[in-house]
Amino acid sequence: MKTTLAFLAVLAAFAAAPFALGPYYTTLIIPILAYAIALIGLNLLFGYGGLLSFGHAMFLAIGAYASAVMGAKLGVRSFEAQLIVAMLASGTVAGLIGLLCLRYTTIFFSMLTLAFGMIFHSFLFKFYDLTGGESGISVPRPSLFGASHAGLSKTAFLVGPFYWYALGLFAVMFLVMALVVASPFGLALKAARDNERKTAFLGVPVFWVRYVAFVLSGIYCAVGGAVLAVSIGAADPELSFWTQSGNMIFIIILGGLGQLFGPVVGAVSFTLLQDALMANTQYWRFALGAILALIIIFAPRGILGLITRALDWRRR
Amino acid sequence: MTEMLLRAFEVTKRYGAFTALSGVSFDITKGEVVAVVGPNGAGKTTLVNTLSGLFLPDEGDVIFEGRSVKGLGPSALALRGLARSFQLVTVYPSFTVEEMIAVGAFARAGETFRLLKPAGVYRRERDEVREVAAAFGLAHRLTTPCASLSQGEKKLVDIASALTLRPRLILLDEPTSGISSADKDRIMETLLAAAERLGVESLVLVEHDMELIARYATRVVGLKAGSLVADMPPDAFFRDPEVIDTLVGKVPHNALG
Repeated sequence: MKTTLAFLAVLAAFAAAPFALGPYYTTLIIPILAYAIALIGLNLLFGYGGLLSFGHAMFLAIGAYASAVMGAKLGVRSFEAQLIVAMLASGTVAGLIGLLCLRYTTIFFSMLTLAFGMIFHSFLFKFYDLTGGESGISVPRPSLFGASHAGLSKTAFLVGPFYWYALGLFAVMFLVMALVVASPFGLALKAARDNERKTAFLGVPVFWVRYVAFVLSGIYCAVGGAVLAVSIGAADPELSFWTQSGNMIFIIILGGLGQLFGPVVGAVSFTLLQDALMANTQYWRFALGAILALIIIFAPRGILGLITRALDWRRR
Repeated sequence: MTEMLLRAFEVTKRYGAFTALSGVSFDITKGEVVAVVGPNGAGKTTLVNTLSGLFLPDEGDVIFEGRSVKGLGPSALALRGLARSFQLVTVYPSFTVEEMIAVGAFARAGETFRLLKPAGVYRRERDEVREVAAAFGLAHRLTTPCASLSQGEKKLVDIASALTLRPRLILLDEPTSGISSADKDRIMETLLAAAERLGVESLVLVEHDMELIARYATRVVGLKAGSLVADMPPDAFFRDPEVIDTLVGKVPHNALG
């Protein structure tokens, strides 16, 4: 019930944004939605599963490149088709890499995912014909449910039809994840995070539970990546660089690790924070680092943890 | 005619050059409460780890319900009816008692990979969790976070979570360790009554407390330096000063009640 209300409030806020903020700021919200989708997936693995991946930017990039290659090289403009290919490609890569990475946990898992992320990053540079190398591929405007919206300007397309499309995608992906974390599967995943050995002796095949979480997180990141590529108009190899994975982890911790709304709160606050800091100081990276340190020390449940604590305090 | 549930057949387990278990053989039949005793480092926990599928024996075999279960692994073995608990209490701090007990209930029902249906709406599993909790006297604790339970309650929740699998046999590694001696009896009574109510047919206890062994065990298996040195009923065990001396050192004078 509380979750439903909070979810409706989040949707209402996003739905009101284009009317309240005007086109420029609305275009800034689309990446927030894209990151929120990707991070909802990563949060399943990292927050609920306790597995810290330093390679998930790879899946973000797979989604972006799937959309770009489909649109620019194969002439498939349907965004639905691009999304399906993005999910299949990312799910397949995650399915293969997961078999190896999930033999390990803790830092060894993190380092293996980092290694695969770096391999993928260099792949994007080397296979020029497919990926456009250093400059990437520009993403042509996709059609949404068969409508090309050719009459609209670039901004009008993004803040109009595409914004609502991205918001709809976010809503669906969020609801699916809300079910997943509340399911018997979600329970088993959290159990394995808290005590792997005990969980195995409760009849849970821990490896395969984590495997499913890994593949799902890869698929979510690809959907986020495809939305991101359209909003920035390009698939760029930098999307897959390990600092991007680091940013994704930062945003989840900032928002609130292992909490359903953490990624959304994180994506919104990160964007606002970065925007405010970059406008006011050239040392914005320093400030972000300091904020991360403060969050970890004083608010380990992130901004969302601070919000829920404040609400509980007011109710008392 | 007694039915054999678990057989250790010449089980040997080495850690590098060190032999932790060497050629240990014994059978456990239906209805037994077997206490495993021995000094520290005798291989008691290694034995439990090997029988429960955590370790692969280097030699020998583990037979459960007439079939070899060597290499099957913990989760498959747990689903087949051989469960265990750990010496250190293992409850998930972020879980409520209900959630803690539910993990095994879902696993047993084959629902671990149900992704899109909230755990709360499974009526059969919820009833199952309540039944198990009630058997342990934890019915009033279902929504309590495991982290805020007393040590004794944590132990009970820990074992209850394993018994939701409705195992035929459970291996308990020091079920009363960390419990004050005043509470040990109560914990054991609750535990044994719950096990019986939930259909457990045999129990294996690693136990140091000779009074508990005298009171509850139907058989004593003694390990020393990785070898089986005793396998006898408790009254014979407590009447054999040589065995007692090897395995325990001193026995409290009131152990025989």
